[in-house]
Amino acid sequence: MPTSHGIALEVPTGPPRLIGAGLAGVHSSNEFSHDERLSMMRAGELGSVHSWELVTAVDGPGTRMTVFLSGCPLRCLYCQNPDTLQMRDGEPVTADELLARIGHYRGIFATTGGGITLSGGEVLMQPAFAARILRGAKELGVHTAIDTSGFLGAHLGDAALADTDLVLLDVKSGDEEIYHRLTGGRLEPTLEFGRRLAAEGRVEVWIRYVLVPALTDRWDDVERVADYVASLNQLRSGTVTRVEVLPFHQMGRDKWHMLGRPYELEDTPPPSEELTERVVTQFLSRGLLTF
Amino acid sequence: MSIIDVDRTITRLPAAWDGFAAGPWQDAIDVRDFIQRNYTPYEGESAFLSGPTERTLRVWGKLTAMFPEERERGVYDIDASTPAGITAFGPGYIDRDDELIVGLQTDAPLKRAIMPLGGWRMVETSLTTYGYPVDPTLKRIFTDYRKTHNAGVFDAYSPAVRAGRRSHIITGLPDSYGRGRIIGDYRRVALYGVDGLIEAKKLDKLDWDTRPFTEKVVREREEHAEQLRALAELAQMAASYGYDISGPATTAREAIQWLYFGYLAAVKEQNGAAMSLGRISTFLDIYLERDLASGALTEQQAQELIDDFVIKLRIVRFLRTPEYDELFSGDPVWVTESIGGMGEDGRTLVTKNSFRFLQTLRDLGPAPEPNMTVLWSRRLPSGFKDFCAEISIETSAVQYESDSLICTAWGDDAAIACCVSPMAVGKQMQFFGARVNLAKTLLYAVNGGRDEVSGAQVSPAFAPVRPGVPLDYDDVLLRLEKTMDWLAATYVEALNVIHYMHDKYAYERIEMALHDKQVLRTMACGIAGLSVITDSLSAIKYATVTPIFDERGVVVDYETVGEFPTYGNDDDRADSIAVELVDSFMEKIRSHPTYRDSVPTQSVLTITSNVVYGKATGNTPDGRRAGAPFSPGANPMNGRDTHGMLASALSVAKIPYDHAQDGISLTNTIVPSGLGHTRDEQTHNLVGLLDASVGTDGYHMNVNVLNRETLVDAMEHPENYPQLTIRVSGYAVNFVRLTREQQLDVLSRTFHDRV
Repeated sequence: MPTSHGIALEVPTGPPRLIGAGLAGVHSSNEFSHDERLSMMRAGELGSVHSWELVTAVDGPGTRMTVFLSGCPLRCLYCQNPDTLQMRDGEPVTADELLARIGHYRGIFATTGGGITLSGGEVLMQPAFAARILRGAKELGVHTAIDTSGFLGAHLGDAALADTDLVLLDVKSGDEEIYHRLTGGRLEPTLEFGRRLAAEGRVEVWIRYVLVPALTDRWDDVERVADYVASLNQLRSGTVTRVEVLPFHQMGRDKWHMLGRPYELEDTPPPSEELTERVVTQFLSRGLLTF
Repeated sequence: MSIIDVDRTITRLPAAWDGFAAGPWQDAIDVRDFIQRNYTPYEGESAFLSGPTERTLRVWGKLTAMFPEERERGVYDIDASTPAGITAFGPGYIDRDDELIVGLQTDAPLKRAIMPLGGWRMVETSLTTYGYPVDPTLKRIFTDYRKTHNAGVFDAYSPAVRAGRRSHIITGLPDSYGRGRIIGDYRRVALYGVDGLIEAKKLDKLDWDTRPFTEKVVREREEHAEQLRALAELAQMAASYGYDISGPATTAREAIQWLYFGYLAAVKEQNGAAMSLGRISTFLDIYLERDLASGALTEQQAQELIDDFVIKLRIVRFLRTPEYDELFSGDPVWVTESIGGMGEDGRTLVTKNSFRFLQTLRDLGPAPEPNMTVLWSRRLPSGFKDFCAEISIETSAVQYESDSLICTAWGDDAAIACCVSPMAVGKQMQFFGARVNLAKTLLYAVNGGRDEVSGAQVSPAFAPVRPGVPLDYDDVLLRLEKTMDWLAATYVEALNVIHYMHDKYAYERIEMALHDKQVLRTMACGIAGLSVITDSLSAIKYATVTPIFDERGVVVDYETVGEFPTYGNDDDRADSIAVELVDSFMEKIRSHPTYRDSVPTQSVLTITSNVVYGKATGNTPDGRRAGAPFSPGANPMNGRDTHGMLASALSVAKIPYDHAQDGISLTNTIVPSGLGHTRDEQTHNLVGLLDASVGTDGYHMNVNVLNRETLVDAMEHPENYPQLTIRVSGYAVNFVRLTREQQLDVLSRTFHDRV
C-alpha cells in the first residue's frame, strides 16, 4: 500500500517474541483490525516496532532508549539485525504507548545526559510514526536521535528534522558500485541527506562506518567517505562531531541462520587491529574526532 | 560526667582531644557527634593523592610473595594447637622494622588460628583437610568439657528444622560457624581509649546490676561482664606490641593503630561469616587533618599510613572447610568499609580520606578486601563520583549502595556489614540468618510438600497437582502461600535456636563491648532463587506449563509452551510477581516471634551460593534445568535481561526496600568499551548509570568492568592474574581463587557489551 513517500507500509502481524528482546511490557496493540492499523500507521499513530533497549554510550550520548523499528529498504550483506528487515514482522505499538514509556524514562535521560534513538530496521521506512515520536519526545523535553542509512533521508520532513537533535548517519561506502553490491541500494540519497543536514544549520551528525574486510576496507573507498564527511563540515563547521568506525563482527550470524536466509559473510573475519587503526587514521587526518 | 574522668577527682579533658571541637561526645560515647563537629567535607578532585612509597611496596611485596603458596595449598599455615582468643598469641609481624601499623591475628602473617567455640567439627574437618594434626586434648575439651555453639544448636533443632535443612530448602545457616555481621564501633578505641570504654561499660553494668532478676537482666549482666573482660584483654594485647591504648589516641598514626587493635581483637576471637570494619575513613580523616595542619604529617605520609593499614586488612584469614568455601568462595572475610554518603545536615561525608581508602586499590593493586563500599548519592561531590567510577573501571573492586535508603532507615552513621546489610554503627547488630530457597519452595508447592529430588515429604502434605493438566496460576499461588507459611515458621524457628545458642556459647565479647548498652537487633532472614520463582510463576501465568511426573509420582519436570515475560526487563508483568513474593514472604516472617525481640528483616542476596542452591534444585517451570545455577542475589536470570543493564537494574529497583531491609543485591558486568570510547566518556557514563540506579531507587550495584576474554585467560593462566578481582553478589573475590564451577558461572552471566 503506497504512502505519500512511495513506500509500502506493511501492517505488523508478528507474534509476540520469544524470551528476550521484544517489547517487554510496552503494550502491543493487537486489538485493531488490519484496516484500522493501516490508517493509524499512515497517520503516524501506530508503528511496527521490533524491540527496545536502554543502552549507554552506543547510540548517542548518555543512556538512551533505543527503539528498533521494523522494516528496511536495504539488504546489507553484513546486517546485524536481519530480524528487523520486514515491517510485517514487527509488533504494532501506538505512538501514545511508546511515548508513555519514553516519558517514564525522562528522569534517566536527564540524569545521564541521554535521550531516545530511533533505529531499526530503517527508521525512515515509517516516517509518519517517526515524526510523531520525535515531536512527542521534544514535547517531553527529551534529546532525540535517529540512526539511519540516509537512503530514505528525503522522507524526513523539515518539521521532523527540526525535532531531531542528532543523526547517526551510516555511510556504508564512498563508491556507488560497492554501495550497491553491499546494500542493494544507491549511495547518492545518503550523500544528499548528509548535505541537507549540514545545510539545516543546527542538527548534530555522527558518522558511522562499518569496516568489513574485503568489502569496505579499500584505501581509496575509505578516502572517498572521509572526504565526503570532511566536506559536510566545510558546508557547516561542526556538523559532524564524531566518526565511529565500527569493526564488523559475527554477532548477527546466528540470526541469519535462524531466519534461514543465505548469509554471504559466513567466513568473513573481524578486521585486524592494524586495519581498523588505518581506517581510523584516514578519518583522523581530516581533523575528524574518530573512534 | 566525663567518661574519661569518672573515677578521678579532677575533671580534665585529655590532651589527645586538643584542637577538636567540643560537644556531647566528650561527656558520653558518641562517635557520630564527634565526627559531625569535627570533620572537613572535601568537594575537590583526586589530584592531591600520593602514590605508594617504597616502604609500602616492600611490605606488600613480602606478602604477595607468600600468596602463591597459600593459593596452592589452600592455607599458608595453621596453628593447630592454640585456640584463638584476643591474647592467645604473642605479637606477630610482617617486618617489624618496616611496619607503621602493627598487629596480626596470630604470631605470623597468613597463619590461621583455630576457633573452636563455633563448633569443634568445623575445626577438625579443616585441620584434617589441610593435613594438620588434631590435638586429642583439645578435642576432648571442646567435646566433653566445653560445649560449643554447634552442639547447642543441634540439641534444640526441631525435626521440621532438621528436615528443611537436610533438603536444602533452608540453607547456609550459621549453625556450625560464627554468625558474623556484627560491626564493633572500633573508632571508640581511638577516640576514648580502653580505660574510657571500660568506665562507661562499668556504668552500664551497674545499671543492669541494680535491676531485679529476670532472665534478660541476668543475661545482660553476664554479657557485660564478658565485655569488660574483653576490653581488658584488648589493652593487654596492645601492650604486647608495646602500645598503651588505655587513653585516647593522640595522633593520626595512633588513631589508626588504636582502631586497628580494636578490629584485630575481634578477628582474633571470632570467625564470623562477615567481620566488617564499619565506617571509619571519615572518622580517621579528622585525625589526619589535624596532623596535616600542624605539619606533623605530609600527604604522602598520610597515604602511607592508610596503605599500611589496608595491607593488614587484606591479610585477615580464617580457617574454614572446603564446604564452607563452596558456599562463600574465595576465602572472604568481608572487611567491609563504608565510604562517602551524605550527612543528615546536607553536608557530604566525603573527606580526603574517602579518596585515600579507594587510592589503596591503585597503590597496592586490586584486591577483594577490604570490601570497598561506596554509599552513593546523586548529591555526592562530582570529583568523588568521578574518582569512584575511575577506580571501578580500573579495578572492579568497588560496590555501591543507596545512601538515601540507608540514611533514611538507619541514619548517617550506618555502615554495611558483609555485602548489603546496613546497621547504625555501635547501636545495632543483626542475627545473620542466611536464606531460604524460594525456587525450591515453589516445587514443594506443586508436589504437595515432597522434595523433587529425594521424593521425601518435607513440608506438610497436601494433594499434589494433577497429571496431564496445565498448572493453574491461582491454584499454584494458593499452594505456594501454604508452603511459604510453613517455610517462614520453620525458618524463624531455626534462626531463634541458632542465635540463642550463639549468644550462649560463642558470644562476640569485644564486638559487643564496642556497642551501646541498648542495641537494636534485627533478625536478618533472606531469600534465594527470586528470579527463578518469578520467571516460573510468569510462565505459569502467561504460558502453558504442564507438569511431568516420574514413577514416584513426583513432578520432576515441566513442559512449558508459549511466551512469557521475564524479570529484568523493566516489565511490570514479571517484575510485579517478584515484588509480591518479597512482600508476602516478609509478612509471613514478621508474624513469628523472634529471639531477643529482634526486628525481622530480609535480604535478597546469595553471595556465591547461587551455584550450590541451584545444584540442589530440580527443573523449574521457567525452563531452567535441574542443577543449573540460580542468578546471584536479586539479579535477573542470565540472558533473560535483554533490554540493557539499566532496564535490568530498574526491575530490581522495584523490590521495595521496606520489605527487604537487609539489602537487595545486584551484580553487573560491563565490557569497558561498552561504557564509551575514552576514559572520560567511560567515567561520565558510569557515573550516570550509578546516578540512575543506586542514586535513584536501586539499593545496590556491584560493578565489574571486564572483558570476558580476560576471565577466560585467567582460568587458563591463573599465575598471570594473582590480583584479578571481580565482584560477585555483594563482595569481591580473587577470580583465580574461585572453584572452576564458580568461574564458569561468572562467565555464563550476562556481559553487557551494550549497556
